[in-house]
Amino acid sequence: MRSSRPVSPRASRAWRSRLGTVTPYALLAPGILWLLIFYVVPVAQMFIFSISTGSLETGFQITYSLDAYTEGLSRYGEQFGNSLVYGGTATILTLLIGFPVAYTIAFRGGRYKNLLLFLVIAPFFTSFLIRTISWKILLGDEGPLLGPLKHVLGILPGDASLVSTPYAVIAGLTYNFLPFMILPLYVALEKIDIRLIEAASDLYASRWEAFRRITFPLALPGVFAGTLLTFIPAMGDFVNAQLLGSPQTSMIGNVIQNRFLIQNDYPTAAALSFVLMAGILVAVLAYARVLGSEQLTG
Amino acid sequence: MAEVEVRLTQVYKAFGGDAAGRRVAQYIKPDEHGVIVAVDHIDLEVREGEFFSLLGPSGCGKTTTLRMIGGFEQPTSGLIELAGQDVTWLPPYKRNVNTVFQSYALFPHLTIFDNVAFGLRRRKIAQAEIKTRVREMLELVELPGYENRKPGQLSGGKAQRVALARALVNKPAVLLLDEPLGALDLKLRKQMQVELKRIQADVGITFIYVTHDQEEAMTMSDRIAVMNRGKYEQLGDPETLYERPATEFVAGFLGVSNLLMASIGDRDGDYAAAHLADGSTVRIPATLKGPVAAIKIGVRPEKIRLYAEGAPVPEQMNRLEGQVMDASYLGASTSYIIRSNDGERITVFEQNLARTSHGSLHQPGQKVQLAWLPDHTFAVAADGHATAGGPDGA
Ligand SMILES: Nc1ncnc2c1ncn2[C@@H]1O[C@H](COP(=O)(O)OP(=O)(O)O)[C@@H](O)[C@H]1O
Ligand SMILES: [Mg+2]
Repeated sequence: MRSSRPVSPRASRAWRSRLGTVTPYALLAPGILWLLIFYVVPVAQMFIFSISTGSLETGFQITYSLDAYTEGLSRYGEQFGNSLVYGGTATILTLLIGFPVAYTIAFRGGRYKNLLLFLVIAPFFTSFLIRTISWKILLGDEGPLLGPLKHVLGILPGDASLVSTPYAVIAGLTYNFLPFMILPLYVALEKIDIRLIEAASDLYASRWEAFRRITFPLALPGVFAGTLLTFIPAMGDFVNAQLLGSPQTSMIGNVIQNRFLIQNDYPTAAALSFVLMAGILVAVLAYARVLGSEQLTG
Repeated sequence: MAEVEVRLTQVYKAFGGDAAGRRVAQYIKPDEHGVIVAVDHIDLEVREGEFFSLLGPSGCGKTTTLRMIGGFEQPTSGLIELAGQDVTWLPPYKRNVNTVFQSYALFPHLTIFDNVAFGLRRRKIAQAEIKTRVREMLELVELPGYENRKPGQLSGGKAQRVALARALVNKPAVLLLDEPLGALDLKLRKQMQVELKRIQADVGITFIYVTHDQEEAMTMSDRIAVMNRGKYEQLGDPETLYERPATEFVAGFLGVSNLLMASIGDRDGDYAAAHLADGSTVRIPATLKGPVAAIKIGVRPEKIRLYAEGAPVPEQMNRLEGQVMDASYLGASTSYIIRSNDGERITVFEQNLARTSHGSLHQPGQKVQLAWLPDHTFAVAADGHATAGGPDGA
């Protein structure tokens, strides 16, 4: 190395490498700022509420009390259970309904693909609330579903009812979150090279085996994304339980909403939100683990 | 002669018309209503254990033919038999045939071992046997120790070998290969050509090989069908196709050829006279004399020797006069473009045997004599159809 040069190569290299390590962070800065303002700050605020005591009138003071947690958990175990059962059932149902739909659009859609995809998201053009209320009519005691079953076919007794039962809540959740399942499934299925399925069939796999060994495993990222996009909001949902259910079918979302907006009991609401968040996080991690290892063994 | 392994009888395939592409021909005439005829009434017999190639330009129907043999596509009409059994409507998984796909189509989520074992597992082969057969096959394609990798971690050449192993491990009666070397660079392709041929000789399985590369087909094949527009124009071993192309298309597709309009005159012993447009007369093998008088005669560039103007040309050779338009020195040989007296361009390759310096080449502008043996002449019909040895005669 020649030392007579004005700027020693070593120094310039060091400068360049320092620049190289700084640049990525500089590029990330806007994103980090965004996350900080819209995610970290509210979550921190919530956490502070959850360990505070007081009321809206007197103001909340940080007292590091965990009462909100212990009280919330001991009183609302049933609502947590409802959320898990309804949200979980609805997620499974959306998967069972969504997979054939996404599969059909991806592989048989032909030139109607875009139209069919549009139909999947078409319900979003109407308010979530209105659609859920119309399910109340659909599932009503004398509505288009139960009416004929009772009076025309005579299968059900005259006093049979769906609204205010868990079935109605699950039906509502399933309906409302179905597009969130179909779209990621479609994306995953659409990406599958049709020749892989041909290759499987060339290698003595029947249609069913080709599906089981090739199509489904390759669609797993879509299954994963779809179940998360359905399960997480379904767990926290309160609109379906409120409009289609009864006090007995309350989900944890209803409790949180009630505590926050009606009773203004911020600490308990915040604590419950945190428990819900932690619960979902644990469930998701466990799920990712199972699905991840499945993908490896195929 | 060996048994017929694959037989195609009047196989016809049209796309379009209705969504499935089936039974179109019954009610729609091709060329109207957007119907594409991919394969046009082909009769073909592939023999047991042979390396058979379908050669032709892109879009001539090679892949479609192969896919119908594999069962991925059903013919619009016609019959496909494997080892004497009608398989026209059998799904791929019920045919004793395996395919090496153009893009390999390896299963990305499975290891190399699981990829290769896929077919054996579907056929419920015992675990222990699967292990040994997969290992043997990976050795055959020179990839031992790659069992636990994923396809994404392999280079194109290695992925190609895995695709080959995955198909061959099932010991099919016929292996179908659709331009398997198309994605490899030239050097690797040459190497794989030799290796494919070795593997085929090793396992003794019938190979049906699709390619648009004439050199590749010539290197590897026992027999080649040269396809054009959904039919094949000639079927034969590489030497026959090169030395005796039956159509203008075949002559042009396999190597360079010089074609000259000629009218056939009288027969004289083993030869017939052919009168050329510039007034000269040459001799062609009498066997090429077909029913039509107006034909094109052809001669390959390396068969022609150049003599200086006025130099003595051996008596038995065909002789033509011309003028050098261009000479390209290529090291081992020199490539000349000669213009004949009636303006035809003739390509000549000459080995640089006696040349010692650039100065001793024939120079552009120089008058020369072209000479070749009558036996090196071939003939094709002037309208492009075969005069002899066409699809029916082969
Ligand atoms: N699925 C299909 N639908 C419509 N046309 C097709 C289809 N497959 C092939 N073709 C047409 O059939 C012809 C032959 O195609 P192909 O067999 O792939 O030719 P090659 O393999 O020789 O390039 C082409 O004109 C092609 O466009
Ligand atoms: Mg092709």
